[in-house]
Order: sequence, then structure tokens, then C-alpha cells
Amino acid sequence: MKFLKYTALFLALFSLSATVTSCDDDDNTNPAAVNIEFENVVGSNTLELNSATPYATGAGDQITVTAFRYFISNVKLKKADGTEWAQPESYYLIDQALPASKKISLTDVPPGDYTSLTFTIGVDSARNVAGAQTGALSKGNMFWDWNTGYVFMKLEGRSPQAPGAGAVILHVGGFRKGENAVRTVTPTLNNSVIRVHEGHTPEIHVKADIQKMFVGSTPIRFSSVNNLMAAGTNAVNISKNYENGMFVVDRIQGN
Amino acid sequence: MESTSTQEVPGTKVPGNFPAPIYGAEQNPPTQAAFELGRSLFYDPRLSRTGSISCGSCHQQAVAFADAGKKLSTGVETRIGTRNTPALQNLRWKPNFLWDGGPVHIEMMPRAPISNPLEMDETLDNVLRKLNADASYQRRFKQVFGGNGPIDSYQFLRALAQFTAALTSSNSRYDRYVRQEAGGTLTASELRGLTILRQKCGTCHAGELFTDESFRNNGLDRQFPLDSGRAHITRRSTDAGRFKVPSLRNVALTGPYMHDGRFTTLEAVLDHYDHGMVVSATLDLELRRSGLEPGIALAPQERQDLLAFLHTLTDEQFLSNPQLAKH
Repeated sequence: MKFLKYTALFLALFSLSATVTSCDDDDNTNPAAVNIEFENVVGSNTLELNSATPYATGAGDQITVTAFRYFISNVKLKKADGTEWAQPESYYLIDQALPASKKISLTDVPPGDYTSLTFTIGVDSARNVAGAQTGALSKGNMFWDWNTGYVFMKLEGRSPQAPGAGAVILHVGGFRKGENAVRTVTPTLNNSVIRVHEGHTPEIHVKADIQKMFVGSTPIRFSSVNNLMAAGTNAVNISKNYENGMFVVDRIQGN
Repeated sequence: MESTSTQEVPGTKVPGNFPAPIYGAEQNPPTQAAFELGRSLFYDPRLSRTGSISCGSCHQQAVAFADAGKKLSTGVETRIGTRNTPALQNLRWKPNFLWDGGPVHIEMMPRAPISNPLEMDETLDNVLRKLNADASYQRRFKQVFGGNGPIDSYQFLRALAQFTAALTSSNSRYDRYVRQEAGGTLTASELRGLTILRQKCGTCHAGELFTDESFRNNGLDRQFPLDSGRAHITRRSTDAGRFKVPSLRNVALTGPYMHDGRFTTLEAVLDHYDHGMVVSATLDLELRRSGLEPGIALAPQERQDLLAFLHTLTDEQFLSNPQLAKH
């Protein structure tokens, strides 16, 4: 009994000293926040809806954008030692028409230096087939009602190269085998780290370049693809295009 | 509008002869207030753009929530739909919905008819605007879901599913026979019909729900230029002309039959299976016969017995349950 008592006392003192040490370390275990700001661009231009002059797609066509929305989901941060933090219930709808939607805030992130940022463009298959949803997944007219599944990225506009009246409607989605357009990317941080500590909130500035939808392994031309409202080959092709370099970490502020 | 009764919400218990449901009660626990809210939504024409069409307009309780006698249904501004209105029953057991299986979740399914331009031609956002402008709905949604925000799509779809999931038909004379309950007697002809059904129709119209929920081409057409059925969803040519196998419960009342309502009577349906089929690339293997035209041979007595049995699947309790009616 006596032995146990002393052991308990010793352990109590030890853990107290451990706490004191970590406080001295200018560090603590309180979770903190990270912001990610998305800036939608077309090449070197910042995207404007209904712009006076059309943008070049990079694949040889011009486009005036009237609507641009996409899902960012399942955001993860990773430390150099491999420990990963995955945000729970991580779904965001970035809508060019809603400035507030372009800045997302990750809260309750365990403190530390993170060397990698990963997120999904679109929505995981489980949520595609789930029931009624709240939050981002219930907004923005981004679900195929007659079928099943979210539109992962929606670009609408006009192009002189599109046939007929010139409408461009690109609704990219699809999660089933053989037509899976769910893409997960880890844009490079260029050896920067995201320092997460109580008291200051780093902000990751991500540029999303619309041109990358059209250039890449399968160039997209409006003469043949201008009206896409289903999963399938065209959606997969566009998703593979934007998987490669559409989302670029431009800078990390407030570290 | 709402009652304060403490009677059990219909369809809460799993019938003794049914398999485990896909959408079990635990996924959206039934309460009387939520069920009645769902019922109000189901019968509310404000769900359509013009305020003229409710779910109940085309899904009538007296015929197992099919559209009585209508080959195709009428949407807003008398627009005519492209497919026969399916009965709504035992939806808790369905892995997907509609003739092509597009929607895969009971809570999301109503989005299809609401947004279909030939049906309700409305947006979910507009429906919510209308509901939020109604003090009675505001109060009832708050009672069910709590919170201080406006009625949102989650609450709307969950409430509607409280009603659609409650549409359980499990008390036909056949059910009472299977469960050996009072009144569960079948005549000799009906019993022979049951045996024939299990032998000759049971691969597709399988089990206690009388459907295996598969998509099949049952030899209606040689080509499918107007409606490719399941292929509309999968975009696979091997699915062209395939449609969901419907349940046979309450089948005596759910005519006209087939995805386009082409057969007015059950007799005409049996004629089709016996000698009316045509071959096409995707015709179901179960219906092909080597050296013969496709089909299922039915002798006159067999037809008579089958028809007799099919009528035992009519569930008067379901068709007349006042809890499922418009209030």
C-alpha cells in the first residue's frame, strides 16, 4: 500500500513537472485555427463574373463566366513526422458570386508545424448517396435531382465558339466506378510550413485557375463539349485536367 | 390540422413476414408531429411552381398511391409526364427509386418530381421560401426540429420522408395467410396462383415484397428511342430498355401497367407475358426460351389462378388508413 502511495505521488509530481516544462516551451496543446482563402483566376487575371471582355480558356476558346462554384471537402493537414489531422464534417461550397464563401476557416486544429495540405475537389462517394444534408451540401443547386450525385464543379457562361446560342454549361460530377470524377490534390507548399499555434491564425492563399479545366491531358473545346450535365467521360476528363495544377498555394500569411 | 393522438405512426414496426428495411425507423425516428408534418407537405400543392400539384395529386391512397387509371400523369400547366406513376408503398425497403433507379435515397427522392419540368417544375429553394412564409409551417417545423433558423432543405426532406417511409402495405389477405393470422385464408385457386407465381414469376417478383428491385427488359419493344430506362442513369447500352421490376402488392389497383402505362388490365399484362413479347438485345435472359419466342407460358387455368392470387395482395387497411389520408 505504502509503495503504491509513493508511486502515485511520484507520478503526480512527474506529470505536473511535464506540464510546467511544456508551458515553458512557448508551446501549448490548445487547438488553433487555419484559414484558407480561395481566389478564382483565369490565367493571370482574377475571375470576374460577366466580365466585359471574355477570357481565353487556354485551349483556344473564349468564355464569359456567369456562374462558378465548386466543392472543397475532406481537408487534411499533415506534419513532417506524418501525423495527419483530418477535419471532421469537412465540406465547403466555394461560390464566385458569394465572397464570404471563398474564405474557409479550419478550427480546432492541433498545434504544430504542418508541411502538407490535402483536399478533395468534389464530394466523397459516401455523401453522394446519403440522405438529406445540411450546410454546404444542401446549398447552391449542386445536386442532380433526377439521378443521384453532387455537381462537383459548375461553370456556366457564354462562348462565341460554343454551338447554337453560345451557352456553356459544364457540370462536372460522378462518383461511381468507371466515371469517378472525385479528385484529391496536395498542392505544393514550396517548402513553407503552416505554423498552427494559439494566438495567430495562418492564412493559406490558394489560387484556382479556370484555364486548367480546359488544358491538360484532354483539351476541352466548346465546339464539342459545351453542354455537360452528367457523369461520364467528359466529366472525368475535365476532372483529370483540373486535378493537375488548377489549385496552387500562392502564399501563406500570418505564420 | 395536427392531432394530439398518441397512436403509433404507421409503418414504424417491421411486419413479421418482411425482411429488414434499408431505411429503418432508427434512421429517422417516427414521431406523430413529424409524420403529420410530412403528411401536410405530401398533400401541399405549394410544392409545385404553380401551386396546383401536390405529391398526392398523382399518388392517391385509394390505389396504393399510384395515379388511378392514368397512363401518364399530368404535371403543372397540364404537362404530360413520360412515365406511369409508380405506387408508393414499402419504400423503406427500396434501394433506389423511380422506373430507372436514379435517386438512391428515400430522403432525396422527392427532389426529382419537384424539379422535373413535366411534374412540379419548382426549385427546392422556392419551396422553402413558400414554407418559411407560412407561420403554421414555421411553428410545426420548430416543434419537430427545434432551432431558431428558417426551415431548411434538410428539415423539409426529413419531414417528407417521415410520411413516405410510413407508407407500409403489409396487411393484405396474403400477408395474413403467410403470418397465419385471423382472416388469412386463401381459396384453392388463390393457393394454386401463389404456387404458379413463385414458380414462374418469382425470380423477378421475388420474396415478400414481390420484387427483386432489379432492372429488366421484359420484351415490350424492339428499340427504345423515347425512353432508354436504366440506361438513362448508367449510360450503358446494356441497360437500354431495362426498367425497375415493380412490386405486385396492390397490383389489382395500380393500373395501367408498365413504365409507360401501355396495358390497361392485368389480363393484358398476362397476355403480354404469355405471347406478346418481342426480342431485343437487352431482353432479359429469364424470358428467353431456346427454339421458342420469348415469354412465360400460362395455361388458361393458370392465368385464372394467378389473377385470383394477385387480388389477395390488395391491402384494404393500407388503402383506407385515415392516418395516411389528406387532413
